[in-house]
Amino acid sequence: MKHAAGAGRPHVRPYVRPMKGWWTRNPFFVSYMVREGTALAVWLYSVELLAGAVCLAMGEGAWNSWVASMRHPVMILINLVVLWSMAVHAKSWFDIMPKTMPMIFVSGKRLAGSTITRTGYAAVVAATVVILGLAMWGRP
Amino acid sequence: MKKRSNAPIFWLLFGAGGVLSALTGVALVLITGVLVPLGWVLPQDYLAYPRVLAFAQNWFFKAFLFAVIALFAWHAVHRIYHSLHDLGIHNNAGTWMLCYGSALAITAVGAISLLSIGF
Repeated sequence: MKHAAGAGRPHVRPYVRPMKGWWTRNPFFVSYMVREGTALAVWLYSVELLAGAVCLAMGEGAWNSWVASMRHPVMILINLVVLWSMAVHAKSWFDIMPKTMPMIFVSGKRLAGSTITRTGYAAVVAATVVILGLAMWGRP
Repeated sequence: MKKRSNAPIFWLLFGAGGVLSALTGVALVLITGVLVPLGWVLPQDYLAYPRVLAFAQNWFFKAFLFAVIALFAWHAVHRIYHSLHDLGIHNNAGTWMLCYGSALAITAVGAISLLSIGF
């Protein structure tokens, strides 16, 4: 049986705009979702290191199997994606920092957002160089 | 008295993890996930058991490892939780427990493992 359009029927649903895939319709939303998506890589790396810590606590055999699993080609591929995500996260973290942190005033003038972002980039490069340098220094 | 919001605690953990992962994430993944497994620049026995054990028994590096494991997790789950809505998944107590519960579990297991390694 066909109903007359909506008349006296509270259960007729109004038009709902479809939201599926909304973020693919605009490049800004795509970059937003990519930035939020880096959280999956950060979570995964935390779990990788957690597995390492558990194996280390279990003894030499367990530790060696963790090292072997990190050498697996699939794991290396995954970690290359994680590496790219970490770089995207680092860049975007300081791109949005001027909006997420309280305003800073230096001698009465508001510190420019680009200064905050550039300082952040420099900090990432410095920290990366220091950690890699320490790792090189600690070679057996 | 008005009940205080617990949001600042989770936002603080999110922010701390965000800064730590932005500064150290690239270098750590490069070393542990790419260079050492492939034996590029750093040798494959770089992460040999006695070396890593001594590293993790040092109080400073133990604290660093704990901070990385725990804060990366709290940062990530906070973002994932707030992004679920954007993917059309409506948050409830279940999704909250799944996200923040995983960070709590990671923190607890990480602390127990690192402490059991000793000093």
